[in-house]
Amino acid sequence: MSKTIIDIDTLKREFIMGTETVHALKGISYAIKEGEFVTIMGSSGSGKSTMLNILGCLDQPTSGSYKIDQVAVNALSRNELAQIRNEKIGFIFQSYNLLPRTSAIENAELPLLYNSKVSSEERRKRAIDALNLVGLGERLDHTPAQLSGGQQQRVAIARSLVNDPVVILADEATGNLDTRTSYEIMALFQDLNRKGKTIVFVTHEDDIARFSNRTIILKDGTIISDKINEDILDAAQELAALPKEN
Amino acid sequence: MRILNLLKIAWRAIKLNKMRTFLTMLGIIIGVASVIAMLAVGEGSTQSIKTQISSMGSNMITIRPGAGMQGGVRTDPGEMQSLKLEDYESLRDQATLLTAISPQVSGSGQVISGANNWPSSIYGVTPEYLDIRVLELAEGSMFTSAEVKSAAKVAVIGQTIVENIFPDGESPIGKMIRFNKIPFKVIGVLEPKGENTFGQDQDDIILAPYTAVQKRILAIDYLQSIVASAVNEEQAPDAVEEVSAILRENHQITNPQEDDFNVFSMEELITALSSTSEILTVLLVAIAGISLLIGGIGIMNIMYVSVKERTREIGLRMAVGGKGADILIQFLIEAILISITGGILGVLLGISATLIIQNVFNWPTIVTLYSVIISFAVCAITGIFFGWYPARKAAALDPIVALRYE
Ligand SMILES: Nc1ncnc2c1ncn2[C@@H]1O[C@H](COP(=O)(O)OP(=O)(O)O)[C@@H](O)[C@H]1O
Ligand SMILES: [Mg+2]
Repeated sequence: MSKTIIDIDTLKREFIMGTETVHALKGISYAIKEGEFVTIMGSSGSGKSTMLNILGCLDQPTSGSYKIDQVAVNALSRNELAQIRNEKIGFIFQSYNLLPRTSAIENAELPLLYNSKVSSEERRKRAIDALNLVGLGERLDHTPAQLSGGQQQRVAIARSLVNDPVVILADEATGNLDTRTSYEIMALFQDLNRKGKTIVFVTHEDDIARFSNRTIILKDGTIISDKINEDILDAAQELAALPKEN
Repeated sequence: MRILNLLKIAWRAIKLNKMRTFLTMLGIIIGVASVIAMLAVGEGSTQSIKTQISSMGSNMITIRPGAGMQGGVRTDPGEMQSLKLEDYESLRDQATLLTAISPQVSGSGQVISGANNWPSSIYGVTPEYLDIRVLELAEGSMFTSAEVKSAAKVAVIGQTIVENIFPDGESPIGKMIRFNKIPFKVIGVLEPKGENTFGQDQDDIILAPYTAVQKRILAIDYLQSIVASAVNEEQAPDAVEEVSAILRENHQITNPQEDDFNVFSMEELITALSSTSEILTVLLVAIAGISLLIGGIGIMNIMYVSVKERTREIGLRMAVGGKGADILIQFLIEAILISITGGILGVLLGISATLIIQNVFNWPTIVTLYSVIISFAVCAITGIFFGWYPARKAAALDPIVALRYE
């Protein structure tokens, strides 16, 4: 019986734009258990990013409750939210968001700089371990400009892993990558998931969703489908099956 | 631990923008360097004036005839004969705030001994003159009060006279010199003193009993001036008052406006001279302070640009757990690091500039610890003050908005 990592109940998020109110999320509920690999699908504007921002404690719901790792987030202060982000969440962005002219290792260790419980040796060791895990053990000192898009996203994944979060939240993490590189990244995510990481992955590409074991589909701020995937594709196999480039 | 990490973060950010950071620092560097150098020059000249004057006797009081009105006509103090022997005697007997007193009459002329001659001045004084002017004997002895009473033709001479009149290195004691043809027997030689603040050779001097100088050389019976020592520097102004009061009584003057004499202390001279150099220092420091202010505005400007440019970075830092305070402190540390590093470089540059001024222009300079501490403190405050607002702006950003910023 695995524990519940994410638990949301009739979550609403409204944006007030002048006189109009945009209902980005219209009361959604679901729970995600430890070890799940969930993709969140939906067309552009359906509320995926809004939802992920709330899950990531970057944004607060207008109403409804949200518990992460059994902690009710609604009542928390700005600083407490920052601490939750620091200790429980790994965030991955479409545009990587790495610090420019900064080495992979320094990028990867960034979250730990805001955690005073971690010593500098420990921090370095964990950053190197994370970079090894994402296959960048040879490029510890490379800056983003010296890395390909896929490699940059791997650094970002290493950064999201370094604090050993209870959940990894990825917003269109493969959106800027070509199919081959996307599959490589998905293979990495599947690998992480097999090692027990809970992953929530936002995408609007169907083929990406088939690498996960559960898919939630949003439309206009409501859930229209929430299904367990029966036949999960293996990203590494799919990658091998792709037509060779050039 | 947390501050250490934030320091590391700020340091990395500064390293990424070396050139820009340096240019930003330049304002601070120049500001601090000029404060240090200006204060060093100001302090150096004030100190050198003070030490030179105290080597002349900092509690010395000089009394001269002067500023008298005779039938509405102002007379040249040099020609006035208002200081008499009685004035000297009553001051010597009545003044309580004076420790030593001597009349002074002087004349210039030619000193001759054998084949050597030299233009110089002779000062007619009493033995107390040595204490008043802080003069020391190198050789021989000073004339006595008895010799003053008898108007003995004896003299104590300075090093410049020795060098020019007795160049062969023999002791001049016991030798005869002639001043304007009047023979004097040399009984003492003064320790050298060098030049004074005004570039005068203080060793080009002959001392003789004032009675002898009055009678034999000048043929006068009045005194050209009286010099005295106040009990101490602090009481010099009171001594000046006391002397004035005694002289007024002697001269039957009721209105100080009509004084036919002038009394002034070295203390006043020191204050006057050092206040000029202090005003100059204040002006110089004000200019330097303005350049520090401009340096500070430079920091603020660059911090603003930096916060704007790095909005996404700030969003990311918040997304991975940076609190508002972390962001605030990071940017504040950046500003302080820039200003403090600028301050250190400025201090070094200021000290180098001071050394150059000292060695190339030969100006006396003193780098004071307080100028270093003050400019340093000002730097740190500048950093905090001008870094605060941009840092606050960064800390108040909403993480999602910051992350979306293009
Ligand atoms: N900060 C905001 N202010 C106003 N409206 C917003 C804001 N963020 C999102 N929205 C609106 O909420 C809806 C959902 O947006 P979003 O969650 O970004 O969609 P998706 O990520 O699925 O493309 C859209 O209609 C969008 O315009
Ligand atoms: Mg989106």
